[in-house]
Amino acid sequence: MTDTDMIRAEHVRKRFGPVTAIQDVNLHVRKGEILGLIGDNGAGKSTLIKILTGYHQPDGGQLFFEGEPIHLRSVVHARSLGIETVFQDLAMIDDLPVYLNLHLNKELVHRPLPFLRRKEMRRKAREALDSIGITIGSVTDPVSQLSGGQRQAIAVARSVFSDAKVLLLDEPLAAMGAKEGGLILRLLMQLKERGDRPGHHSDCPQLQPDRRRRVCDRVNLLQHGTITFDKASKDTSVAELLDLVHAEYRL
Amino acid sequence: MATNTLIGSLVRIRELSILLVTIACAGYFALTSTGFTSLDNGHTIAQYIAPWAIVGAGEAMLLICGEIDLSAGFVFTLAPFVLVLLNNNGLPLFVALLATVVICALIGTVNGLIRTLFNLPSFITTLGMAFLLQGLSLIISNGSPVPAPADTWVRTTFGGARWSELTWALVIIAVMQIVLSASRFGIYTQATGSNPVGAAESGIRTSRVKVVNFAVTSALAGFGGILEGMRVGSFDPTNGGFNTMFFGVAAAVIGGTALLGGSGTVVGALLGALLLGIVYDGFNLTGVNANAFNVVLGVAILVAMFLNTYLSVLRRRASAVRGRT
Ligand SMILES: Nc1ncnc2c1ncn2[C@@H]1O[C@H](COP(=O)(O)OP(=O)(O)OP(=O)(O)O)[C@@H](O)[C@H]1O
Ligand SMILES: [Mg+2]
Repeated sequence: MTDTDMIRAEHVRKRFGPVTAIQDVNLHVRKGEILGLIGDNGAGKSTLIKILTGYHQPDGGQLFFEGEPIHLRSVVHARSLGIETVFQDLAMIDDLPVYLNLHLNKELVHRPLPFLRRKEMRRKAREALDSIGITIGSVTDPVSQLSGGQRQAIAVARSVFSDAKVLLLDEPLAAMGAKEGGLILRLLMQLKERGDRPGHHSDCPQLQPDRRRRVCDRVNLLQHGTITFDKASKDTSVAELLDLVHAEYRL
Repeated sequence: MATNTLIGSLVRIRELSILLVTIACAGYFALTSTGFTSLDNGHTIAQYIAPWAIVGAGEAMLLICGEIDLSAGFVFTLAPFVLVLLNNNGLPLFVALLATVVICALIGTVNGLIRTLFNLPSFITTLGMAFLLQGLSLIISNGSPVPAPADTWVRTTFGGARWSELTWALVIIAVMQIVLSASRFGIYTQATGSNPVGAAESGIRTSRVKVVNFAVTSALAGFGGILEGMRVGSFDPTNGGFNTMFFGVAAAVIGGTALLGGSGTVVGALLGALLLGIVYDGFNLTGVNANAFNVVLGVAILVAMFLNTYLSVLRRRASAVRGRT
């Protein structure tokens, strides 16, 4: 079982000054599997994802990638291994056009000359967005002119259209309408069917738990910085998930 | 609809409005003063704008990545004295010049490292550096001017020849604009100023981007100071300073660079410098009091800031209209 894990975290913890964001987290995602991570606001979902993507360094514990222990030095390092991320804040550069955002920090240049291949990037951006069916006016428009859902779709497209082995999505559907949300979920299912890219996606529980349950193979619940629940989706129900999340608020 | 798209596309070219204003000013002075259109006067204007454009090119890059360098004007002041010091200690003039530019880049690197390692605002960091460098310049020079090194090819090439200072300024503007708009580093500079957290999440080393831009700004300012001294024929510790720095920043801002980062162009800084130079010179020729120039400068900066914000609103509206049709 362990050797089919794409990415695994063992006893990972992280503090921010006095705040313990993550403590003793154990988590694993297999090849071709979609893991849903749910938890309250502030439970530590984003922090965990930022550790898995090399943005934060954990204070303790060990990460494994394709079975090997690994120390992720940076986002670039993680990306070079095939770990792609859609951050909760989307990491969009408002002043830059859509096509440059899609190629952010992966710009195409006329090697060996360092000049940008803008035309090629525009073409690829157009292709990428068309192939998922995201409709925006023009790829040369600055991102600041797009709606929240469109921005999110572009952020997802950016990470999907790299040759990722692991895809981390932090609240991928939060600002999306039914249409865009459906597109993204369908995209995840397609990737899964191709079997080469497992996803690991984190959601807020309030958001249509039913829809998420159909996409995910397995669900983990993160509470107060630890994982308290790990079950295959088919063995759980919406009611049970909601129950778990809301249990501690009940009088 | 047709007028709408026309206005839209005009508004989208940032530099156009400033260019129109510049041409209008030039036309006004050409009509109202004698000698404005002469080649000699063109040379005078070139002398004004070259240092502003060179310092402005660096400041534009820094402003775009969300920083500012208040010390650039004193790097401009100090560089010629470092050059003399190195030259007097046996370095050939050309080697001393290269070494001086490298030293200036190091000063900028220090600014950038203090800014990024200790997370101090660049406003404070570079203000401190400004006074430090001013003091150093006065100490090294003993507070009095020294003659520029004797005539050699170095002197002629770097400021001595009639149009050489302006030529260097134009080359610098062209190179920096290409760096900004055609290289990955240019994209990183914009991304760092527009959304520092998002840029970092995308794996862009935002601190490094800032440090490099600080280093480039200082190197350019130092080089500009040397050119200026070589042209005048004497190195003066009262040259440069806050005045040159603020004209550089003003040129960048008038040219459409956002003070809060994220957008702007280097060519804009050249146009800003050109506008300032033409107005400055025109006022001299028409005998307007130098103090009035400051009033105009102030108004120009305010109008530029206003246009910047207002035009981007117009731009958004124009493309919203386009999106709907
Ligand atoms: N950079 C940081 N500095 C200090 N504290 C932080 C930082 N990032 C996260 N925290 C803290 O860590 C805890 C977990 O935050 P995190 O963003 O991981 O939660 P989350 O589960 O993603 O919440 P949400 O559902 O609101 O996105 C919170 O208490 C938060 O305040
Ligand atoms: Mg979060």
